[in-house]
Amino acid sequence: MTRFWLIKFLRTVLTLWLVVTFTFIVLRTSGDPVVALLGGDAMPDEIEQFRQQWGLDQPLFVQYLQYVAQMATGQFGDSLRDHRPVIDIIFERVPATLSLGLAAYLMAALIGIPAGILAALRRGSFIDRAIMAFAVFGFALPNFFLGILMILFFSLILQVLPSSGTGTIWHFIMPAITLGTFTAGTLARFTRSAMLEVLEKPYMRAAAAKGVPAIKRILFHALPNAAIPIVTIIGLNLGQLIAGAIVVETVFAWPGVGRLLVTAVSQRDLALVQGLVLVIATTMVLANLIVDLTYGLLDPRIRKGA
Amino acid sequence: MTAPLLDIRNLFVPLPAGADRAYAVEDLSFSLAKGEILCIVGETGSGKSLTAMATMGLLPPNLPRASGQVSFEGTDLLTLPASTRRKMAGSRLAMIFQEPIAALNPIYTVGKQVSETFKLHTDLRPDAIKARVIDLFREVRLPNPEEIFNAYPHQLSGGQCQRVMIASALALDPSLLIADEPTTALDVTTQAQILKLMLDLREKHGTGILFITHDFGVVAEIADRVAVMRQGRLVEIGPAAEVLAHPKAEYTQKLLAAVPKLEPRHARSGLTETVLKASGVAKLFTSRTVLGTTREVRAVDNVDLTIRRGETVGLVGESGSGKSTLAQCVIRLVEPDQGDLVISGETFSGLQGAALRAARQRVQIVFQDPYTALDPRQTAGNAIAEGPIIHGLSRAKAKERALDLLEAVGLDRSAAARFPHEFSGGQRQRICIARALAVEPQLLIADESVSALDVSVQAQILDLLAEMQERLQFGLLFITHDLRVASRICDRIAVMRQGRIVEQEEPAELFAHPRENYTRELLAAVPGSGRLISPASRTGNAGS
Repeated sequence: MTRFWLIKFLRTVLTLWLVVTFTFIVLRTSGDPVVALLGGDAMPDEIEQFRQQWGLDQPLFVQYLQYVAQMATGQFGDSLRDHRPVIDIIFERVPATLSLGLAAYLMAALIGIPAGILAALRRGSFIDRAIMAFAVFGFALPNFFLGILMILFFSLILQVLPSSGTGTIWHFIMPAITLGTFTAGTLARFTRSAMLEVLEKPYMRAAAAKGVPAIKRILFHALPNAAIPIVTIIGLNLGQLIAGAIVVETVFAWPGVGRLLVTAVSQRDLALVQGLVLVIATTMVLANLIVDLTYGLLDPRIRKGA
Repeated sequence: MTAPLLDIRNLFVPLPAGADRAYAVEDLSFSLAKGEILCIVGETGSGKSLTAMATMGLLPPNLPRASGQVSFEGTDLLTLPASTRRKMAGSRLAMIFQEPIAALNPIYTVGKQVSETFKLHTDLRPDAIKARVIDLFREVRLPNPEEIFNAYPHQLSGGQCQRVMIASALALDPSLLIADEPTTALDVTTQAQILKLMLDLREKHGTGILFITHDFGVVAEIADRVAVMRQGRLVEIGPAAEVLAHPKAEYTQKLLAAVPKLEPRHARSGLTETVLKASGVAKLFTSRTVLGTTREVRAVDNVDLTIRRGETVGLVGESGSGKSTLAQCVIRLVEPDQGDLVISGETFSGLQGAALRAARQRVQIVFQDPYTALDPRQTAGNAIAEGPIIHGLSRAKAKERALDLLEAVGLDRSAAARFPHEFSGGQRQRICIARALAVEPQLLIADESVSALDVSVQAQILDLLAEMQERLQFGLLFITHDLRVASRICDRIAVMRQGRIVEQEEPAELFAHPRENYTRELLAAVPGSGRLISPASRTGNAGS
């Protein structure tokens, strides 16, 4: 077991190091942060002083080593713009993104999974075709467009929901739907195909031969076996949660990590962007780790390493 | 006479519109008495499994409703409401299946799965249920019942899983047990044990058993009466001894004639040139558990094997004996750890890259499952011509060779343009053989190549292999778990156990005087060996 965790840990560190290095290189080679920060008409000595202050006058390699060393000790540096620790700025924003993401995911799972099960059970029927049509609609519709449409309809015409900001439960509704539609559609599709495969298995027939009622067969025999592909999709889509948040938070003026990233990139706030990318990457890696662990919980064959 | 336990009258199971015939089961009538074993025998598509499903109430929902009468203990099952019927399933009628490991849910312990039957149909408390399940496990002779209770299906062997299924089926002492090919996926020795167990249980509980099989050997072992089905219709029904000895229907006679018999032959004489010389072949599989400990399996353990031109060598053994791994080592689909391979005088082991690819022309393989061995998007003609083209034949010549080969394996030349799904299983296996022979190999490996086929088709494919060998004089390594098949076509049989060849002899000698205990066990376990063995073994026919 120690070995298992050691390998997982080393892989996590390797992934994060690659992410850190990649962002560092891309950011330093894509334009001068000082010019972006101080404006094109700043005085040369002003620029020089700024460079020295932030260590930007050092060779790229030295900057990189300093940066990695900082990361390793858990220090992400200060924001170039408002001089506060990057980590504080990010963690102020995390709860907003997390709560929106969870709401969107809950909605996606509560709609997508039962819809997929129903479509599989009624394969080829009108219900199946209708659900699948909605699923395709769900992941084909760009979410910024859906968001704008909803604002137009519910905020401007009907005036029943707030168009931006946070505070009440009402604020959650439109951003969560916008963010969750894609995942709900994908989940419905994958749940359907996973269930179709499981329903054909001999053990499903054996369960029927034992006299297990249909509802129990679906919930206790089929669904846990179909869960592995479903969990995989949920894990993969966690990335969508962040990527989607960038758009959705901008559309609904939601004060989360996604919007912070957009601002930080446009302002060339190097330290902040790097910190954000690392936080997002860590979320992804953790999500993958949770998915791996869930596999073990779901399937004894994986658990025993057989 | 008392009323029969199960009485099926004029059963029709319709197929959906567009199928190749209107009914899967057509006007079927038979009955089964209490404590009787009735075998339903038939080939693929005979409707025997659907008859079982209709009785059990498990017909796939996409089929139209069955009509007729299925009376069980005086009640017509077909007219019962679904909920009443469900309550009878598992308690009064029970069923076991062909693939025992697949018939158990992989994510629950087997103890939990057998307990479920009690939970559904009784008010017993959990600890009482557990005690009953462990008693059942003991009754079906599972070793260490307490441990097996907490085991998952993947931790048990196929035979153990089938015992678990039987335990689950017998839990509430049903009066009817439906067994759908319950031993087909098992080794012969395991099959013999399971059949004996079923006979014992019938004796003890008086259970009526409806036993579906395609194997007349099994019928001879277990049946009181036999019903033969073909394309949904009942062809013949009668006492087992009578049907086996004096079949009335022409179809039954044909089926019985196609059953491979234990007819051990002598080796052909006049075999000279060696095409395969394998010496000291070894393959070790290591797997690492989560805990970091390694487990080693000697799949192939220092094996020597020679095959001469035009000779057929049989490799027999139970699953896990290493026969397939040995074959894969010989053709180097699996890289052997040790050993030398010489194929028609040239070294085959150790070759790399282009030299290996060129040498692959000398040895070809035909796999077990013709349904998955052909690329579904490649026409039969292209599948056959691909090999020769890779090995340097011009496109036009390769196409011509493909057409000739199709004809040689008994298909029409026009078949070249068709895709695999347009062929039956037997026809696909013919294409696979043509594909293997297209590059003119000196050695052909047939890995359980007839095991997935119906007996009548099996006989045809065996004849085809023999005929092609006669013409092309390749050496044939024939892997099978069926001693009856091996006895019929092999010049020499090698018995494998735990990665080693324990005995190697010409069939007539091997069957008459087996030296190893293990060989004797294998021979004794051949189903129907008491009745279906032909008394005099054939005399050897000299090879050309």
